[in-house]
Amino acid sequence: MSDEISPPLDRTKPAAPVLYLDGVSVVFDGFRALNNLSLVVDPGELRAIIGPNGAGKTTMMDVITGKTRPTAGVVRFRDHDLTRLDEASIANLGIGRKFQKPTMFDALTVFENLELALKAPRGPLACLRWALTGEARRRIESVMEEVGLAARAQDRAAILSHGQRQWLEIGMLLMQDPELLLVDEPVAGMTDQETEHTAALLVRIAGKRSVVVVEHDLEFVRALGSKVTVLCEGSMLSEGSIDHVQNDPRVIEVYLGR
Amino acid sequence: MSATLASPAPAGTGRLTIRLVLLGAVLLLALLPALNRLPADSALHVSDFIVSITGKWITYAILALAIDLAWGYAGILSLGHGAFFALGGYAIGMHLMRLIGPRGVYGHPTLPDFMVFLGYKDLPWYWLGFEHFPYAILMAMAVPGALAAVVGYLAFRSRITGVYLSIITQAMTYALMLAFFRNDMGFGGNNGFTDFKELLGMPLNTANARAALFYASLALLVASVLICARITRSKLGRVLVAIRDAESRVRFLGYDVTRHKLFVFVLSAMLAGLAGALYVPQVGIINPGEFSPGNSIEAVIWVAVGGRGTLVGALLGAFSVNALKTWLTTVAPDLWLFALGGLFVAVTLFLPRGLVGLFSKTTT
Amino acid sequence: MTRFILRIAVFLLLALPARAQDAFTGALPGLAGGFGEIAASVERLGSLGDPRALPVLRALQDGTLRKAADGRLLVPQGTGFVDAATGQPADAAGAEAVRLNNRVRQALRGALGRLQLVSPDAAERGAAAEAIFRSRGADDVPLLQAAIRREAVPEVRAKMELALAAAQLVASDESAKREAVARLGAAGTVEARALLLEARATNPGMATAIDVSIASIDRTLSFRRAAETLFQGLSLGSVLLLAALGLAVTFGVMGVINMAHGEFVMLGAYATYMVQEFCRGVPWLAPWSLLLSVPAAFLVTAACGAALERGLIRHLYGRPLETLLMTFGVGMILQQAVRLAFGAQNREVISPAWMQGTLTLPGGIAVTQNRLWIIVFGLIVLALVFAAIRLTRFGLEMRAVVQNRRIAATMGIRTGRVDAMTFAFGSGLAGLAGVALSQIDNVSPNLGTGYIIDSFMVVVFGGVGSLAGTLVGAMTLGVVNKVLEPWAGAVLAKVFVLVAIMLFIQRRPKGLFALKGRAAES
Repeated sequence: MSDEISPPLDRTKPAAPVLYLDGVSVVFDGFRALNNLSLVVDPGELRAIIGPNGAGKTTMMDVITGKTRPTAGVVRFRDHDLTRLDEASIANLGIGRKFQKPTMFDALTVFENLELALKAPRGPLACLRWALTGEARRRIESVMEEVGLAARAQDRAAILSHGQRQWLEIGMLLMQDPELLLVDEPVAGMTDQETEHTAALLVRIAGKRSVVVVEHDLEFVRALGSKVTVLCEGSMLSEGSIDHVQNDPRVIEVYLGR
Repeated sequence: MSATLASPAPAGTGRLTIRLVLLGAVLLLALLPALNRLPADSALHVSDFIVSITGKWITYAILALAIDLAWGYAGILSLGHGAFFALGGYAIGMHLMRLIGPRGVYGHPTLPDFMVFLGYKDLPWYWLGFEHFPYAILMAMAVPGALAAVVGYLAFRSRITGVYLSIITQAMTYALMLAFFRNDMGFGGNNGFTDFKELLGMPLNTANARAALFYASLALLVASVLICARITRSKLGRVLVAIRDAESRVRFLGYDVTRHKLFVFVLSAMLAGLAGALYVPQVGIINPGEFSPGNSIEAVIWVAVGGRGTLVGALLGAFSVNALKTWLTTVAPDLWLFALGGLFVAVTLFLPRGLVGLFSKTTT
Repeated sequence: MTRFILRIAVFLLLALPARAQDAFTGALPGLAGGFGEIAASVERLGSLGDPRALPVLRALQDGTLRKAADGRLLVPQGTGFVDAATGQPADAAGAEAVRLNNRVRQALRGALGRLQLVSPDAAERGAAAEAIFRSRGADDVPLLQAAIRREAVPEVRAKMELALAAAQLVASDESAKREAVARLGAAGTVEARALLLEARATNPGMATAIDVSIASIDRTLSFRRAAETLFQGLSLGSVLLLAALGLAVTFGVMGVINMAHGEFVMLGAYATYMVQEFCRGVPWLAPWSLLLSVPAAFLVTAACGAALERGLIRHLYGRPLETLLMTFGVGMILQQAVRLAFGAQNREVISPAWMQGTLTLPGGIAVTQNRLWIIVFGLIVLALVFAAIRLTRFGLEMRAVVQNRRIAATMGIRTGRVDAMTFAFGSGLAGLAGVALSQIDNVSPNLGTGYIIDSFMVVVFGGVGSLAGTLVGAMTLGVVNKVLEPWAGAVLAKVFVLVAIMLFIQRRPKGLFALKGRAAES
């Protein structure tokens, strides 16, 4: 949709953040999954998030996408309060998510999976009346080309390999055409070549949209060349370039230097 | 759920074959009332019993389609569809009771016999309007639809899924059964409604009425298949399958799962209600026993036996299980419940895709 | 000091009967006279309160009292007669029966009623007090006062005091009346309330005092009603608890939905019946049959459960809807099998004597013994389940397998065996519920179907996988059902409860005692 980085309204001020988390805490039965976490993502920004297991990366994504309600704190997307919305409304605002474990619809074909993700009216009657136009077909086909699944269009998702499932989910994310992409471990199970391809794809998408990537693979993070946020025990530990955080003694202590 | 279910739209020649088989079956069924008119000594003569029982099975098949639409496609295993069926039956039953008029035992001009017996002075307000056939038919859809809307909204909104939803719907039909057993509900209590005289000017229990009801049921069955096929072939059908297999993932794509489920659940309940409305004039009685949880779950097993997630499967299951039931309850009534129980076990363990799964050699 | 009081007491005890004896013998001869004299004499004997007058008047009433030619009165005793005045055996030859007319009969009824107040039998004294309470007259006041002084049994004494209050209410003594109003108010019975209402019409001057008493009675009565409702609710709740505990294990802990659970309850009830029939042939075992059926029912249903889990359910793990349908089919088969084996009619299981009858708690709250025992049984079973899960090796392995099957297996736990045992345990609990239900419900093939939906509601309402939730859920459902029943009827109460649960899970979809966080999501 909007190819501009920031809406015209905000021309007078510096670009308002797309995603704004402040003082967010999530407590499960006394366990603090997120502890007073703050995070700001600007329009068009590419942000990498790293952290040890249990640092709260997935919980943070759950909070942004409405799966988990924060115990305390502010979560805003542009000027929408995300803590009051459900998953579907948040997705429709323009936040797309790729899960750590690739999830799609196994009984449907690759094409059908992408068709469901394609940005279009989402109501039951609209879906009943939906007819695939040439333009929509072309979009789906171009995304299939992009993620290398054109040959598998009529195969059911259930029979794809793990790497292909990763690609299919990235493709579904592209079909949604979101303003903010949350990408959880996109390159797990990919070959080096595919990893490079993914990094290039994400860098290309960023600029038009904001992208938040959670990843363990530091080579991949380096390839993104973006600002890096390090999470630990539910809070932000360090933030900056990859070189900056790699030299941060606190980060070395808890994460890199193990 | 299991990934081995057939894709809802079998492609190419398979689809054509199914269409031809269905068409043939419908034509064959349509012949039955005509063959019934042949002289009794004719080789092609079909008995009254066959016509009336087939007419009943057709309404069961519609109920099975309704259940399949909700369960096989959207993954909503309702154990309360018998309640929607029964409510539709009660709606038409109220119409039939009103048509008895002064021909009842007590000869009261407006009140049905059981109301005279219970000392009612006037018709309760919710009986008003049922003297009109269109209103009764409307109610046979609207009441089950409204109930499904309320229960479905409450359940889907709080994300009650899987067995929890099944239990809730079972509790729903159980509660309705208890309620309809009460005399002061104004629905005839224990005995329900019976001794119907006529419908749309036709005296019931004649060959003509049987044929008319048979054709009406067959027409509704064809319409239901078309409606269900329209849905399952559309993107809505694919959204439903997606909801069935990974409900939360559908939400993250921006679909309001509650609305989609509610749409299909209400539609399914309305179909079941209409099926019940055609069932009652054919069997000539409706009582609270129709709400019994066992009825609903028996209808679910028709779908499981035939093969859920395929419309043909629902039809096949409804006809084959009921044929088995009719045969077995005449030759060995004690064995029927063992057979039915055995079906539950065998289908879930050995035939998860039902009879349809035996024929189609599609994908794994 | 104590000694002095004792002496007085002994003196009084000795003196009272002695003095009465004189009056007693003095009143006797009248019985030999004409109808007028007889009636007068009966009245006197009645008001004396001497226990020895009782057999004489009874004989008179039965027409067996004889009057000898010399005027002595003879009372039948054993096969012969005794002299009414001395108690010595006497010859009844030539003696004629003392006859009655209506006036005498009437006098007799009153006199006997009063005399029973001094009967040696406490139950008879109590009955007499109740009779006077109903028939009360101002004349009864001194009689009751005397009887109260002598009375040693507290319950009988309380009845007498109540009768005294009733009698005082119709007497003319104002201060006694006020005292009576207060006492009736404290009694808190429906009868006392009716008396007060009656007195209110005739004594306008005491209306305020009477109203206060009536209000106090109403409070007592509504408290008692509430307590009885609570008891009934808890008793229903403990039935639900017993039926739901097994589900809390199979569904709550293992996540296996077993629709045949109700049929396991039914099997437990039939096991109880079988044990009873077996014990009938062995006299020394008969009193223990119910206790024996507890382990028997547990073992039978646990064995069925283990067979079901190993044979069928284990193939459907991870497919809850299929499990639901399959177990429903198993339930059907079990039900039909029992119907063919035992017949469709109800089988009777007789409660042992110690479980029959009604117990009156302080405050006049009546509870039925068998329901009381079921509450006790339910709580014992709950405690045992808790202990089994928390304190035994089996419980530890069970929890380990539930939390992480793979890791548990790598630590040498035989997960298949634990699954079978857990399911058998839950099924055995259903059998225990069957033992309890056999005491209050008809033992028939469809016994379980009536409870299965309610039990699932308990588990859903209380929160899956929480024993505390099961307890609170069961008791809440039981009490709410019984509270609603009086003004909605049993059926509508049930409907209301089902609707309420539907609305409740809107707010708390995971039940009262929900698990949170990562553990809850798997």
